[in-house]
Amino acid sequence: MNAQFEAGPEGFLRRYEGLNNRLPGIRQPWVVALREQAANAFRSKGFPSRKLEAWRYTDLALLAQTGFGEALTPVDEDFALPEATAPQRVVFLDGRFRADLSDGLARSLGANLSAAEGLLGSVARVDDLPLAALNTMLFEDGALIDLPAGADGGAIELLSIIQSGDRPVTVHPRHVIRLGAGARLVLIERALGRGEGRYLHNPVVEIVLEEGAHLTHARIQQEGPGGIFLSTVFANAAAGATYDSFLLHVGAKLSRSEAHVSLNGPKAMAHLNGAQLLADGQHGDCTTFLDHAAPDCASRQTVKTVLAGRSRGVFQGKIHVHQVAQRTDGYQMNQALLLSDQAEIDSKPQLEIYADDVKCSHGATVGELDENQLFYLRARGIPQATARSMLIEAFLQEAVDSVEDETVRAALGTAVAGWWETIA
Amino acid sequence: MPAVTETIDAVQSVTEGPYKYGFETDIEMEFAPKGLSEDIVRFISAKKNEPAWLLEWRLKAYAIWLKMEEPVWAAVDYPKIDYQASYYYAAPVKKAGPKSLDEVDPELLRTYAKLGIPLKEQAILAGVEGAGDTPAEGGRMPIAVDAVFDSVSVATTFRARLEKEGIIFCPISEAVQNHPELVKQYLGSVVPQGDNFFAALNSAVFTDGSFVYIPKGVRCPMELSTYFRINAKSTGQFERTLIIADAGSHVSYLEGCTAPMRDENQLHAAVVELVAHDDATIKYSTVQNWYPGDENGKGGIYNFVTKRGACRGARSKISWTQVETGSAITWKYPSCILLGEDSVGEFYSVAITNNYQQADTGTKMFHIGPRTRSTIVSKGISAGHGQNTYRGLVKISPKAVGARNFTQCDSLLIGDQCGAHTVPYIENRCMTAKVEHEATTSRIAEDQLFYCRQRGLTQEDAVGLIVNGFCREVLKELPMEFAVEAQKLLQISLEGSVG
Repeated sequence: MNAQFEAGPEGFLRRYEGLNNRLPGIRQPWVVALREQAANAFRSKGFPSRKLEAWRYTDLALLAQTGFGEALTPVDEDFALPEATAPQRVVFLDGRFRADLSDGLARSLGANLSAAEGLLGSVARVDDLPLAALNTMLFEDGALIDLPAGADGGAIELLSIIQSGDRPVTVHPRHVIRLGAGARLVLIERALGRGEGRYLHNPVVEIVLEEGAHLTHARIQQEGPGGIFLSTVFANAAAGATYDSFLLHVGAKLSRSEAHVSLNGPKAMAHLNGAQLLADGQHGDCTTFLDHAAPDCASRQTVKTVLAGRSRGVFQGKIHVHQVAQRTDGYQMNQALLLSDQAEIDSKPQLEIYADDVKCSHGATVGELDENQLFYLRARGIPQATARSMLIEAFLQEAVDSVEDETVRAALGTAVAGWWETIA
Repeated sequence: MPAVTETIDAVQSVTEGPYKYGFETDIEMEFAPKGLSEDIVRFISAKKNEPAWLLEWRLKAYAIWLKMEEPVWAAVDYPKIDYQASYYYAAPVKKAGPKSLDEVDPELLRTYAKLGIPLKEQAILAGVEGAGDTPAEGGRMPIAVDAVFDSVSVATTFRARLEKEGIIFCPISEAVQNHPELVKQYLGSVVPQGDNFFAALNSAVFTDGSFVYIPKGVRCPMELSTYFRINAKSTGQFERTLIIADAGSHVSYLEGCTAPMRDENQLHAAVVELVAHDDATIKYSTVQNWYPGDENGKGGIYNFVTKRGACRGARSKISWTQVETGSAITWKYPSCILLGEDSVGEFYSVAITNNYQQADTGTKMFHIGPRTRSTIVSKGISAGHGQNTYRGLVKISPKAVGARNFTQCDSLLIGDQCGAHTVPYIENRCMTAKVEHEATTSRIAEDQLFYCRQRGLTQEDAVGLIVNGFCREVLKELPMEFAVEAQKLLQISLEGSVG
C-alpha cells in the first residue's frame, strides 16, 4: 500500500502538481501566487539536512524515507472528543474543519480564504524554511481568527486530531490569527494523535498582533507514538503588544517546533516558555528565533527538558537584537534533566547583539537529579522512588508555574501529569 | 635611571601611535616562487632537508586540502582569499653565524630592539654564539625565547640551560632532524592533516614553529616563549608548534606576535598541538597582537588558527589563556580533548574588536574520560564597528561519568555600531555529568563611569580601568610579564573608541 506514494520531496511536489486545481483558492490569483512561490522554494531546497546550522541536531531521514498519502476520513463520522480545555472550541479532524464539533469565534480558513487576503502569507517566510514552504504549497484548511480592535475573545481551544493506521498520512493545516489593537485572546492549540501509525502533522500558525494586543498561546503536542510533528509559528508584535507562549512536547516519535517571533514596535513583549517531556525512542526539538527589532522591548524564555530512556532533546534559542533595539531586556534560560544514561541533550542558546544599551543574559544547565536534594528527602523517611518523582515533578511544575493564565495552566498541568504517569 | 628609561618609553609609545609594531624591516630575503602547488610543498620540504616520510605527510595534506572547501560558518566576513597570490616561504638570507653583536645584520637587531626584547636576549636572538649561557641579570626569572621571523626560526635562547634538565626546546625544523622519532610520533596526532581547511593548508606548507619536549617528572625551570613576526610583503605565515609534556612534568609557554602595518591582508594559519601525559600540566598563554588594520578596516592579518590539546594521561591538565587584541579577523578555538580520567581543561580568553576588526573565537571541550572537568571564562569587548563572537562547544560522551563543566561568557559593548554574539553548543550524553553555562551582554554602566570621572580620571582612562576590571578573571591567569603587557594592550586597542 505504501508503495503507491513516492517518498521524499518529490512525493510532495507530485502531490502538489496532482492536486493543483483542487486546492482551495485556485480561483484567487493571490493564493495561487503564494503556493507557486512556496513550491519553487520547496523544489529548490527539499527537506532541510543536518548540514544546515538550524538542523544540526534533528535528522529528518524518517520523514524523507516515508511515502505519505492523503488522510481519508468520513466527514460525518460520530466522534468522541476529549474533554475541552477552554469554553470555546474549534475542531479539525485529519486536518478538516468540523463545523458540527466546533463553536466560538474561529472560522474555517479553507472556506473563508477571501477574508484572509493580505493576512495569509504576510508573516510566514517560505524562501529559507522548507517546511513552511511545504505547508503553504499544500494547506487545505485551518482556523481563521480575526479579532477587531478592543475585543476580548476569551479562551478557545484549537484541537487537531489525526487518525493513523497502516497507511502513512499527512496533514498541513494553516492557522491565521489577527488581534486588532488592544484585543485579547487565550488560544490553546492542541495536537492529538489517534492510533499507532506513521503520519506527518505539519502546521503553520501566522499571528499578527496589533498595538497593545495580548495573545496567550499554549501549544500542547500529544501526538501518537508514530507521529512526526513539525510545526512553525510566525508572530509579529506591534508596539505594546504581548505574545505570551508556552510549548509542551509530550508525544510523537519526532517533534520539532519552530517559532519565529518579531518584536516590531516599542515596548512589545514576548514569552517563549516551554517544556519537553521525552521518553524512550522520542526526539523533541524546541527551536526559537526572537527578533528584537524595536527599542524598549522585553523577552523572557525558560525551556525545560526531561529525558527518560533512549531519548534525545534539542533546544535552540536565538535572540537577535537589532541596532535600533536600544534598552532591550532579554533573558533566556534552558535546563535539562537526564533520567537515563542513554538520553542525550543538545542545547544551543544564542545571542546576536548589535545594540549597546542592552541587558541580555542567558543560562543553561544540564544534569541529573541533585544528590543533596534527594538525600534531604530520604533523610526525612521518603522512599527513593517517591523522592525522585517529587523532584522531577517540582522541576516540571516550575516551568508550568510561569504561565499566568489559569485555563492554560490547568491544561498544561493535566498533560504533564499524564506523561508523568506513563514514566513513573 | 630606570625611571628615565620608563619616561622615554612612555613618550615613545605615545608618539608612535596605537600600533607600535607596525614597522617593516628591510632585510635581504629569500622567497619561494609565489603561489601554491605540489612543487612548492616539495620546495619547502627540500629547503628544510626533510626526511621522505615528512614530505609524504605534507603531500597527503595538500591532496586533502585541494578537496576541501573554505569554511563559511563563522560570523566573519572577508573577501575571498586568493591562495595563489601569496608567498609560502620567506626567510632572511642567513650569513655565517655572527660572532658578536656588531656583526649581526643591524636591521634584524633594530627589529628586536623595537619589539622590546631585552638586550641580553637580543644578543642571543640574533644568533650570537655563546651569549645564551650568560646568566640573566638581577636574578630576574629568565625566559627562553624562540624567534620566528616570517618562515623560519632565527634563534632559540637558553638552550644549554634547558638541555641540562633534558628539556628539548628548538625550532620544529631542527626537531625533525635531531628528534625525528618524537616528531613522527606526535605530529598530527592531535590535529590531523584533514582536520579543517586551514589545518590542512598548514600541514602542507608549514615552515617553522617551536618544538617542546619536557621529560618525565621535570618542572621546566623557566617560561618558554615563541615570538612570531611576519615581516615580508605578500607572505603567509604557517607555523606549527608541538608541545609534549611527559608524565608528571610541568611547562608554561608563552606566545607573542606582531606584524607590519600594510594595506594588504596577510594570512596567518598556524597549528598548535599539545600533548599532556599522566599528571602533566601545560599552560599555554597567548598575547595576540597581529596588525589589526587601520581605522577604516584596511589591511590587517587574517588569523585562522587551529589550537588543540590532548589530555591523554590521568590527572593531566591543559590550560589555555589568550588575549586577542590584534588581527583584522580572528578565527580560533583552542580546544581540549579530555581523555585521561580526572583530567582538566581550562580556557580563559579576552578578545577585543575595535574599528572594523572581527573575531569569532571560543573553545571546544571534549569530555571523554570519567570525572573530567573544564572551565571556560570568556570576555568579549566590542568597540567601533567591531564584531565579536564567542563560539564554544562542550561535548560530554556517555563514558565521562561525573564530568563537570562551567562556562561563563560576558560581552561588553562600547558604542552602538558594534556587535557581540554568543553561540554556545552543549551536547551531553552522560546522565551524571553537570554542565552550566551563563552569559551576559551589557555596556559600561553610566554610574561606574561617573564614579571614575568624579575622581578626576579622563573618560578614556575610566573606560580602560573598567575594561581591565571586566577582564581581571582572565588576566590574572597570565604570567606576570604578560599580564602587564596585556593590560597596556587593552588600553591601546580601545584608543579612539570613546568620546
